[in-house]
Amino acid sequence: MQTTERTIADQQREWEQLTLLPFTERRPEAREAFRTQGGATLERVYTPEHVADVDYLRDIGFPGQFPYTRGPYPTMYRAQPWTMRQIAGFGTADDTNQRFRYLIAQGQTGISTDFDMPTLMGYDSDDERSEGEVGREGVAIDSVDDMLDLYAGIDLEKISVSMTINPSAWILLAMYLVTAEERGFDRKKLSGTIQNDIIKEYVAQKEWVYPPRPAMRLVRDSITYSAEHLPRYNPVNVSGYHSREAGSTAIQEVAFTLAAGIAYVEEVVKAGIDVDDFAPRLSFFFVSQIDFLEEVAKFRAARRVWARVMKERFGAKKPESMRLRFHCQTAGVSCTAREPLNNIARTAIEALAAVCGGAQSLHTNGYDEALSIPSEPAMKIALRTQQIIAEEVGIIGTIDPLAGSYALERLTSDIEKGCFDYFAEIDKRGGTIKCIEDNFLQMELADAAYDLHRRKEAGERHIVTVTKYRDESANPHVELHHVDEAASQRQLDRLAKTKANRDSAAVQKALDEVVRVAKTDENIMPATIAAVRARATGGEIIKALRPVFGTYVETPVF
Amino acid sequence: MIAHRVHRDLARAISAVENGVTDYRGALARFTALGSASNGTTARKRADVIGITGPPGAGKSTLVDRLIEGVRAAGETVAVIAVDPSSPFTHGAVLGDRVRMQRHAGDPGVFIRSMASRSAGGGLAPATRDAVRLADEAGFDVVIVETVGVGQVELEIVAVADVIVVVTVPALGDGVQAIKAGLTEIADIFVVNMADRPGANASATDLKHMVREGKRDIPVLQTIAQDGTGVPELLAALNKKRDGDDSNAVRAVRFEIVRRARDEAVRGALAALDTPDAAAVLDRLRDHELTRNDAIDALQHIFGGTAHAH
Amino acid sequence: MPIKVLVAKPGLDGHDRGAKIVARALRDAGMEVVYTGLHQTPEMIVNAAIQEDVDVVGVSILSGAHMTIFPKIMTMLAEREVDDIAVVGGGVIQEADIPKLKEIGVREIFNAEASTQDLIDGIERIVAQTGRDRSRREAAGTAGAGQAASR
Ligand code: B12
Ligand SMILES: Nc1nc2c(ncn2[C@@H]2O[C@H](COP(=O)(O)OP(=O)(O)O)[C@@H](O)[C@H]2O)c(=O)[nH]1
Ligand SMILES: [Mg+2]
Repeated sequence: MQTTERTIADQQREWEQLTLLPFTERRPEAREAFRTQGGATLERVYTPEHVADVDYLRDIGFPGQFPYTRGPYPTMYRAQPWTMRQIAGFGTADDTNQRFRYLIAQGQTGISTDFDMPTLMGYDSDDERSEGEVGREGVAIDSVDDMLDLYAGIDLEKISVSMTINPSAWILLAMYLVTAEERGFDRKKLSGTIQNDIIKEYVAQKEWVYPPRPAMRLVRDSITYSAEHLPRYNPVNVSGYHSREAGSTAIQEVAFTLAAGIAYVEEVVKAGIDVDDFAPRLSFFFVSQIDFLEEVAKFRAARRVWARVMKERFGAKKPESMRLRFHCQTAGVSCTAREPLNNIARTAIEALAAVCGGAQSLHTNGYDEALSIPSEPAMKIALRTQQIIAEEVGIIGTIDPLAGSYALERLTSDIEKGCFDYFAEIDKRGGTIKCIEDNFLQMELADAAYDLHRRKEAGERHIVTVTKYRDESANPHVELHHVDEAASQRQLDRLAKTKANRDSAAVQKALDEVVRVAKTDENIMPATIAAVRARATGGEIIKALRPVFGTYVETPVF
Repeated sequence: MIAHRVHRDLARAISAVENGVTDYRGALARFTALGSASNGTTARKRADVIGITGPPGAGKSTLVDRLIEGVRAAGETVAVIAVDPSSPFTHGAVLGDRVRMQRHAGDPGVFIRSMASRSAGGGLAPATRDAVRLADEAGFDVVIVETVGVGQVELEIVAVADVIVVVTVPALGDGVQAIKAGLTEIADIFVVNMADRPGANASATDLKHMVREGKRDIPVLQTIAQDGTGVPELLAALNKKRDGDDSNAVRAVRFEIVRRARDEAVRGALAALDTPDAAAVLDRLRDHELTRNDAIDALQHIFGGTAHAH
Repeated sequence: MPIKVLVAKPGLDGHDRGAKIVARALRDAGMEVVYTGLHQTPEMIVNAAIQEDVDVVGVSILSGAHMTIFPKIMTMLAEREVDDIAVVGGGVIQEADIPKLKEIGVREIFNAEASTQDLIDGIERIVAQTGRDRSRREAAGTAGAGQAASR
């Protein structure tokens, strides 16, 4: 980065001999090696020598400029802070709608929706597989009637809405569009994001219906449909969060995510769409873990790598196609059930890393993360944590404030290299989808998770109150989210009402049309929108397509 | 349909023989539900035993899952005995076959049992043979045995199965050569699974050539176990073999081959124990530099994992 | 005789990080582990437990549906006369629910604070207690449920 003086290395060696050695002889260091959470060994000190290969203009540059290491926009938080977007979802649509309104009243600036397991897996609430799970881990959405109530009273042209949904994402997108239509909003003004990242489901989150290849077609159709009709909408949110939470390393988190991004781009380009016509609407999602430095480096590396991939691999021309924008969530796995208020401290540090790393949008976990889905008070403190960082800390005044730190730049470049190594391996193995079918990514992840677990147990990284400073005398009680056992029946009643009020012949006709289209190469979105408008349920559409697309069965690896 | 109680007693009887508590006759006497299952139907035909062998990862378990589907569709009941290797170090094992077949777990006409190979180095756990007999006594129409096929040792399967399916995957020439070394002697049917991968046709052609050199009629089939392609053909070939009555004579010949292979392995092991490398390991054991288990592992390493010092 | 454990994932819950780590850790401790895979009904879990004749069924559940899943498994094990198979659980299970689960016969709940060694020791202790040491039981010739040799 700067002029490299050979004397620095000499000087360091001398320092090691004359200063360090006698010191450590008297007072040895606490451990032989210090490693990042991802397993990279940290140097004792970093000097300009360690970043001699980093070229400022080539590798770091300016915010809003290639390779976007410093941020996707030239003004970043000086224009406006990141979107504060707390996830909510439980019970019925009405229950969750109230939580949304509460959070907006507290100053939240975006909406994020968590669905229950049946909705996530494509089962209606009245399916036998849904028993005991309706409205438990998120909100139950069976038909567009539910979606209408979910966002009732919220101005969808003004606030951006995110939906954490995957194998059935295209159906929920259809419901969202019908909701907007019936409430008279202009599609072109809808901003928001649907996760719709099926690749990482097979690797990390384990929500699936169909096998990877037909599932990719559904993702492709929603991307191409959005490219044409929804200029402000993000039709896919390529996610590393889940892989990391499932136990991957930081490098794997970025590498697997961007490898998925590559697969989506290839799929859509294959359909004959110009890369610059949709790439600007791709968005990303990472975790912010507790290993502060490694995380900040990770976010910067992700932007740099994606910019290079888009430019060099896909020949993108528009700057917007190359700049990576991401949502961020603090790390659920870093939270403990013991002395849960400590999670506020963990979350604050992680949130700060996300901000130092230039996140566009952030969810901070509640202190009750390890215990249950979040209570209202827990979400309020989590939101306040973000507000404190934005309003009080003063860090928003300068962009990419940690750039130039020798340690940070070294870590950034190492993560970048790790990503390109993975891309080469994945290409060699026939591409991302093939690597999923062959369980390569799953195997890499399982090994990393087991390794991390063992390192933790060996005392390499302690967890305060769990592996160290454990106070057996008391575990302070906190009030938790109360699961309303009656919500499930309320949802069943709602669903029955929708079914009673609709024209079943029209529904059947619409479903038949979806099936017909599925067998061709036509875009499936218009037929799905029509089915949803006719009040077909998510479960019905999913079920109708099983004979066409098949059902995925996992081969677990250890 | 097989009663729940029979499932339970069969499972416990298998444990009894697996743990060396009794042999299969003893187990039969003890677990009355099994006894009655067979007593009531003395005229019942013996179960047909299908052996599935081949290298790890060839898709054997996935194929067995498909076979269960086919056998059940034909109205027959089926028991599966799936053998996976134990770790030579810890003796622990993750028995990974069942998970491919677990969708049948709700079906009372299907019984699935995983067995760790335990001390047996070969493809079969010592109790597999008894387990197969017990499943037969319990009244299952078909018993499928899945074994890890490594080297020559899985020749043991001929002592157990009436029909043997050798599963391979598309590979370069050497793959087929390796198979030739032992498995043509025992195979009744060759399956080139993963026919969705490049090279499947070539591998099948190679095998067909090889088969033509021998005297027996061994069909060579291609399957994609994942989606069931080729499975109806496999089922048809199996049914044909099951109906054929050349099995006894053939089986006698197979036993002989197993015996010879085993003798050869013993001779090989003894010869290997005479080498300087092996002597050095034994010296270190004598000097207490190695534990017994370490020495066994070291020797096995020297033998290339094919001979067994148990 | 190695201890045999069924690691089971009930319901729609897809959180499998813990279950896989546990399966691997038990294997490394010398146990024989059978994993059911995801999305199992209680009936599939119970049938697998019976056919595999495991010493312990370990149910890993993070979805919060444990108060509906465990009772179903316990009832079905009793119906099939195999309630000498010990049942343990792990995952996200709130402190307040643990006594209720123990009341219906679940032997132990291991949450995220339990170390791998805690799990191994716990399972070994439980198998010793239930007397469901398979070799001893079979030697005594008691096939029926709840007639463990150690009684
Ligand atoms: C990691 C994680 C994820 C990952 C899962 C990755 C994976 N493949 O496993 C991702 C990001 C994909 C995810 C997604 C979701 N998650 Co989540 N997730 C977590 C999190 C943060 C950590 C769980 C974990 O893996 N811990 C590490 C492992 C090693 O620990 P463990 O599983 O507890 O296992 C240990 C012990 O419990 C025990 N154990 C476990 N099983 C067994 C079995 C046996 C036999 C034994 C002996 C012991 C044992 O030993 C293990 C080792 O020590 C928890 C919160 C938390 N901090 O616990 C939420 C949490 C479980 N998730 C939750 C939710 C709601 C979801 C979603 C439904 C969100 C949504 N609406 O989209 C989805 C559903 C995904 C699905 N398919 O089911 C909720 C559940 C709420 C509840 N129970 O009431 C939690 C509690 C978070 C929260 N507060 O809201 N999640
Ligand atoms: N591509 C492909 N993969 C297969 C096929 N059959 C099985 N597999 C996969 O190969 C892996 C190993 O299969 P498995 O049945 O466990 O093999 P086994 O070790 O021989 O029992 C699994 O991931 C299967 O999904 C096939 O026909 N084609
Ligand atoms: Mg197998």
